[in-house]
Amino acid sequence: MVYVEPKWGYSLSMKRRSTKSVPNSELLPKCPTGIRGLDEITGGGLPRGRPTLICGSAGCGKTLMAAEFLVRGAVLYDEPGVLMAFEETEPELNANVASLGFNLGGLVKRKKIVIDYVHIEPGEVHESGEYDLEGLFVRLNYAIDSIGAKRVVLDTLEALFGGLRNEIVLRAELRRLFRWLKDKGVTAVITAERGREQLTRHGLEEYVSDCVILLDHRVNDQIATRHLRVVKYRGALHGTNEFPFLIGSDGISVLPITSLALNHKVSRERIATGIKRLDAMLGGQGFFRGSSILITGTPGTGKTIIAANFAQAACQRGERALFFSFEESPNQITRNMHSIGLRLEPLVKSGLLRFHSARPSLYGLEMHLATIFKEIEDFKPSVVIIDPITSLMDGGSGSEGKGMVTRLIDYLKAGQVTSLFTSLTQGGHALQQSEAAMSSLMDAWILLQDFEGNGERNRVLYVLKARGMAHSNQIREFLISERGVDLVDAYIGPSGVLTGSARAAQTSLEKASALAGQQEAGRRKRELERTRAALERQISGLRSEHEASADELRQIDEQVGTQTRLLTIERNELGRLRQADVAVVPRPLITSGNGRRHV
Amino acid sequence: MKTRRTPPRSFASKALPEKFWQLRLYVMDQSPKSVAALANLRSICEGHLKGRYRITVIDLLKKPQLAKGDQILAIPTVVRLLPAPVRTIIGSLSDTDQVLVGLDLRVAV
Repeated sequence: MVYVEPKWGYSLSMKRRSTKSVPNSELLPKCPTGIRGLDEITGGGLPRGRPTLICGSAGCGKTLMAAEFLVRGAVLYDEPGVLMAFEETEPELNANVASLGFNLGGLVKRKKIVIDYVHIEPGEVHESGEYDLEGLFVRLNYAIDSIGAKRVVLDTLEALFGGLRNEIVLRAELRRLFRWLKDKGVTAVITAERGREQLTRHGLEEYVSDCVILLDHRVNDQIATRHLRVVKYRGALHGTNEFPFLIGSDGISVLPITSLALNHKVSRERIATGIKRLDAMLGGQGFFRGSSILITGTPGTGKTIIAANFAQAACQRGERALFFSFEESPNQITRNMHSIGLRLEPLVKSGLLRFHSARPSLYGLEMHLATIFKEIEDFKPSVVIIDPITSLMDGGSGSEGKGMVTRLIDYLKAGQVTSLFTSLTQGGHALQQSEAAMSSLMDAWILLQDFEGNGERNRVLYVLKARGMAHSNQIREFLISERGVDLVDAYIGPSGVLTGSARAAQTSLEKASALAGQQEAGRRKRELERTRAALERQISGLRSEHEASADELRQIDEQVGTQTRLLTIERNELGRLRQADVAVVPRPLITSGNGRRHV
Repeated sequence: MKTRRTPPRSFASKALPEKFWQLRLYVMDQSPKSVAALANLRSICEGHLKGRYRITVIDLLKKPQLAKGDQILAIPTVVRLLPAPVRTIIGSLSDTDQVLVGLDLRVAV
């Protein structure tokens, strides 16, 4: 499978720009930060050759962002950088950024980065008469020239305000410094503490007017999330929203909420669900590749089972499936699926199936999202399962949750990854309503439900929607046995849908009546046979009677004939005797019936 | 290194047992503030530490790499290396009282 690196859409802005046909050379040149997501938001990076201000309160990641800007520049873009640190010493910085996987020390050794630690001890310095900050300029200039630096980070310049008392001189010198940085042609990042009423505590934003990025660290429901906002970006279009960002094990990633354009590639390819009857319900072929599927249901309706079947089907096709589980551990899922005859261990061992389990409350939504992205990037699956999405969404407010799902779906669709989300609905709610927000994002929606009656619960399944394909509108009973899952037609009778034993009872009732009918027919058939046999017998009796009478008739006929002849003979004899006419009849020798010879 | 020693004096070594003041002045070429600072420093030292001091002048225009060592930000800066502890005074040293306090020659009023 070709994995398409998701592109956060700024195609709208790009398009607008291209229609204006502004020559590229006139556009503000940008300096790519190499920080994931930030370049997309800023449309290519920070303004090249100009200073950028990153402000934020303590602990929101200013120094790390600035350090990543330098490290990425040195590693990815071959732009050496100078880090002038006012707060942390070189060893401290090395240790701090090592947590992001950056080897600052190595880069320093390879002359890609110069770290200059500026120590200012408030109150230690006596001031007498006029001065300027030429020393700082000299140091910076020397550091830049020593490695031909293209990037400069000043972290945190405001420390100067603590060390030097003459603020007038300081401000004049800062103004000169920013001018000087621009003249030097370096792309500079200056970090500053967030102020109460202004962006920075000492109003640095008035010196840096080209690009201001605000970082924020908020705690909602005891879960902290970092946000980034481009407050100002002179001469360039930029995303104005507040974007969540994370500090992960491999650096910072900023996550744009949504892509502006809905221009994913779509596939006509269909993939099996792993349940044959469900495929049949979906036009006989299953889901579209790259679609997003929602499976909702009350507890215990078999959502995870459908998800596991789907994963198994993917693995059987030789595709990779990534299973994010937020409620069960991988071992637990494997064991539970074993009970329905689904063996997942071999798939895990063969490397086609990977589980990722985490408690929803482990970290905020953003962190979850970033972890999901990272796992997907690592594993490059063609099927992703999130089980369940609801417990993940509980981590944030409604809009945050929906925003997260939108981003996730955008991301997955861009990569042509088929996604299956299970969603737990509370019993007794209006199902459609509670899921309405999320369902609009989904291409297919399968609803699992419990039917209660006759003292039992039975599972049923509907296909609520399936965009772009003919699908069954019928309810099916969803059976789970040790041989796996099966869907059977639910009996729809006058009293409603019959499932479980009611359905079985109805079926046996029908069977019995059919049997009775059969028996009845047999009985009647036998009776008729009997009647027919009797008639046959009668017919044969009559026939023999008829034959007997015919026989008799023949005998009578014979007798009559014989008597007539005899009479004739006798008459002739008599005539002869009476000397009648001579030669009438020669005198035959006749043997009569009684054998007597008449002569 | 542009090093200017104080006019050599034959008796300088005799004064050493007391306390020797080793000062380093960071300047930027011949900027007015730098020139003024050197002149001010010289006169203060002559007045208070006659024969017990040595001033090393470092021009950062020529030796920019030396700025890092003494954590120089402002120009001009005087660093008192000896006697310990290290003291730093920035500015053209026009405020003599501040210089004296900074160099630990007089307790702050």
